[in-house]
Amino acid sequence: MFVINCPYCGEREQSEFKAGGEAHIVRPKQPTELSDDQWAEYLFMRKNIKGIQFERWVHTHGCRKWFNVVRDTSNDVITAVYKMGEKPPTK
Amino acid sequence: MKKKLRVKTSKFIDETYKISFRFNGKTYYGYKGDTLASALLANDVHLVGRSFKYHRPRGIMTAGSEEPNAIVQLHKNTSRTEPNVRATEIEIYEGLEASSQNCWPSVNFDIGGINNFLSPLLPAGFYYKTFMWPASFWEKYEYFIRKSAGLGKSPTEPDPDIYEHKYIHCDVLVVGAGISGIMAAKTAAKNGFKTLLVDEKPYLGGSTIYQNSEQFKINNQISSSWLEKEINEIKKIKNLEIKIRTSVAAYHGYNFLLARENLTDHIPLEQRNNKTRHRLLKIRAKKVITATGSLERPLIFDNNDRPGILLSSAIERYANLYGVACGEKNVLFTNNDSAYETAISLYQKGINIEAIIDNREETDSKLIKETEKNNIKVYKGYTVVDTYGYKRINKVSIMQLSKDGQKTIGSKISISCDCLGISGGWTPAVHLFTQSGGKLKFRNEDHVFIPNIYSSDQISIGSCNGDFTLDEISSTVPKTLKEFLNLKKIDYEDLEIKSSFNKSKRNIWLLPSDKIIGKTKPFVDYQNDATAKDIKLALREGFRSIEHVKRYTTTGMGTDQGKLGNMHALGIISETAGSKMGELGTTTFRPPYTPLTFGTIVGRNVGEYFDVFRKTPIHGWHVENKAEFENVGQWKRAWYYPKNGENMHDAVQRESKAARDSAGILDASTLGKIDIQGTDASEFLNRVYTNAWSKLAIGKCRYGLMLNEDGMVYDDGVTTRLDENHYIMTTTTGGAATVLGKLEDYLQTEWPELDVYLTSVTDHYATVSVCGPNSKKIVSQVIPDLDFSDENFPHMSFKNAKIGSIKCRVMRISFTGEHSYEINIQANFGKSVWEKCMEAGKEFNITPYGTETMHLLRAEKGFIIVGQDTDATMTPIDLQMDWIVSKKKYDFIGKRSLYRSDTIREDRKQLVGLLTENPDEVLEEGAQIVADIKKSPVEMLGHVTSSYYSPNLKKSIALGVVRGGKNMMGQKLIIPMENKQINVTVADPVFFDKENKRLNA
Ligand SMILES: [Zn+2]
Repeated sequence: MFVINCPYCGEREQSEFKAGGEAHIVRPKQPTELSDDQWAEYLFMRKNIKGIQFERWVHTHGCRKWFNVVRDTSNDVITAVYKMGEKPPTK
Repeated sequence: MKKKLRVKTSKFIDETYKISFRFNGKTYYGYKGDTLASALLANDVHLVGRSFKYHRPRGIMTAGSEEPNAIVQLHKNTSRTEPNVRATEIEIYEGLEASSQNCWPSVNFDIGGINNFLSPLLPAGFYYKTFMWPASFWEKYEYFIRKSAGLGKSPTEPDPDIYEHKYIHCDVLVVGAGISGIMAAKTAAKNGFKTLLVDEKPYLGGSTIYQNSEQFKINNQISSSWLEKEINEIKKIKNLEIKIRTSVAAYHGYNFLLARENLTDHIPLEQRNNKTRHRLLKIRAKKVITATGSLERPLIFDNNDRPGILLSSAIERYANLYGVACGEKNVLFTNNDSAYETAISLYQKGINIEAIIDNREETDSKLIKETEKNNIKVYKGYTVVDTYGYKRINKVSIMQLSKDGQKTIGSKISISCDCLGISGGWTPAVHLFTQSGGKLKFRNEDHVFIPNIYSSDQISIGSCNGDFTLDEISSTVPKTLKEFLNLKKIDYEDLEIKSSFNKSKRNIWLLPSDKIIGKTKPFVDYQNDATAKDIKLALREGFRSIEHVKRYTTTGMGTDQGKLGNMHALGIISETAGSKMGELGTTTFRPPYTPLTFGTIVGRNVGEYFDVFRKTPIHGWHVENKAEFENVGQWKRAWYYPKNGENMHDAVQRESKAARDSAGILDASTLGKIDIQGTDASEFLNRVYTNAWSKLAIGKCRYGLMLNEDGMVYDDGVTTRLDENHYIMTTTTGGAATVLGKLEDYLQTEWPELDVYLTSVTDHYATVSVCGPNSKKIVSQVIPDLDFSDENFPHMSFKNAKIGSIKCRVMRISFTGEHSYEINIQANFGKSVWEKCMEAGKEFNITPYGTETMHLLRAEKGFIIVGQDTDATMTPIDLQMDWIVSKKKYDFIGKRSLYRSDTIREDRKQLVGLLTENPDEVLEEGAQIVADIKKSPVEMLGHVTSSYYSPNLKKSIALGVVRGGKNMMGQKLIIPMENKQINVTVADPVFFDKENKRLNA
């Protein structure tokens, strides 16, 4: 069980949070313009990386804010935490 | 003649405190401080169990948690019975009752013992090869295996003990209170770190605390005296917490560790009531210092498993710590200096040693010279080739080793004995380190795996790091601590050490024998009866990966996880397969390090506390009025209210009839309620519901359907516009939390520009729903100031009102199809409003109804229940609810998915009504629906989702999903049941009052 540094509350147990899948998948602004394939790409396709992954988390049993986490899925080491709307770290 | 095995007094044993206990039905005596194992050994009892596969007699082998053989069942046939308890760990108390578990009918006469003679038929993989086929026979095999293998019996009565969980946060956690752990704890605590020190034993000091030899000194004091002073000192340090009888079971990422603190297992049963038995400590440490020590290795030779064969270090511990001699004629067999430490301890206590057999040729070991001075015969360059004695060792035969150590030479010498101590060197206890994700490296000089790469802020010190001797400890531990804790200067930096230990070792994984290997039984895993022969067989049969060999031979798969023999298994594999140890890798050590009881894991979450449940503010009334309850999510909802011994069917029929004939009342407080405010509230609702909201007038209510982005129905409910920028949304009871979460997700991540605020107010309001033709008459009595005329207060509208001085919100909405009102009032007043309605409704026979009647009434109207009539594969179109999907809105959640090639298919499962040919026949929910029963295979078209006998229509009605059902109106279908077929006709899902006349009745 790891510790997540909520950008609003600080360090808390993982059990207070919920994972929300891959980060930086933006909902298309004009879904009706998309082909079935393009819509399916947004709807269903997610990466499942062994290594550095950008993901969404929400502090469910805390401030209830969504934010992004950069986590190495092989050892759970979190290298960055940043708010929604902020640019992901480049390194 | 009775042997005198209790030797010179030990200060760890209180000889003034005699304790009686029973083992296998016989009464014995021991002293306070004894473990079951030490007390049995003092009574000359070695034979304690039978081995798993061959049922060979087995004795106590170790003095710690690594014990493979002495596994007992405590207090058989009582509620406190417990299997798989290690006799080497359990401390005796008055009244302790233990019995051997791996034997039948008794440890002295064991029927399975015949397996020993059949052993040529029981090779590695025996279980896989024999019991796996045919699969249908497994039940019979399992009975046989369990009966004869005896894995202990689980209790059949409820556990009377109390368990609890506790969180601990500390700066430094030190695991293990041996000499290194004590040094670490003192250093950390004295330098201001909030420190926790834990050890699985009931005393501090590890194996150094009973080291009384002149050969090992610290600052010119015998090492145990020096350590004792250190221990007395640390007990006074304020920011150091010490927990004994506490074993760390698991080491997870981010320095999260689970430990079990054992509080009552060492006291008599009658003193345990109302005390916590085990406490599961959930420790989050900033830094972890692992000082878990090391485990002595056995030696692998023919018949190395007889009762009376113990680890040499265990014999030393029994002598020094418990004052018990394991035998009167002791022989030690070793490949390193450790056995000589044992020898010194034994002759200091006056215990006789017949001989020491040492694999090594001449060395310049001071300990050997010291031993020889005491006229103990040492056979150098020799090995034990066999042992004798069925239930207790009585003789060993030894031979000289060839130069390369691969063969035996010369002639056999026999030495009679009643105890054999074996020492194959030491294995660092790296289990916790590897659990934490740490990577090991192999050190060739002494054939050990030691910590190499750490994955969290931790350090291993002392013998678990491969620093075994006093001088190694004094030269590495202080330096490591200083660095790890970032300190300038610490104690212990200039300890003066005398250590006579010589590090030379002659490592031979499988000792040679004068017999061919096929004729020998050199045990590697004692608990699972895996021999070196089995491992070699597995390799011959093509297994290469250590994980595969482990499973095939069951090596390391017992409750001890092969703590003793894993290294030898690896060694034998690497030698046989010609690969390097370091490249082979080790098997994965998984938590728990030692077994945990279920009670410890569950803690206080038992019985009514197993799960939390939620009660509505009106719950007490339902209980008083004998409602039966149904679990809906975590809620307890009134299900139905049986009267005069009614069964459920009769109660529901009565309630359903009364609600339509006159008046019914329902506690709807569990429905989710989300308060929505902000200038963009209307726009937000437009985006999350399928229908349009902008034009909803203030004071009006509207039903909404919410989809997932994949177009499937997710939730539904009525939302009311309280004000220009203020709505109250209701959700399904089960969906409340996830709907709020989903709305917040979209608001924060996709549409942060919207000015909308969401607040869950589910628990803040009680909701009383009154329905039926007389509902208006009842509610208007409860709220006399409100104008209930249809003009002022039409269907699908809302009014602010007051009951006495208490504000409430009244909605005229209906889930039953009847004229009905929902009163929402601050939760505390819920029960009083309910009672007021009951009082006012008396003359109209107002009938409380539960969820079952609610489901029946809405089914009559064809209203869906999300999660019952839908299952995350149903679009609104599939539900024949096209009317609620706005064509005008540019976008809403799930819209684009409604015209994916798959969702526009005509032959999707669609919701329809079903009427049985026989109106009295009620379908089973979940029953399959088919068209052609003769076709093979029968094509399943769908299934029944809701089914009731309608007292208002006097016939059976059902809803179901049927492939292409929308275009099958009037068609006949078949519901095949176990012993009959039921004929049904596809119908309109709205069965009752199709024109909705009753809403305004
Ligand atoms: Zn937070």
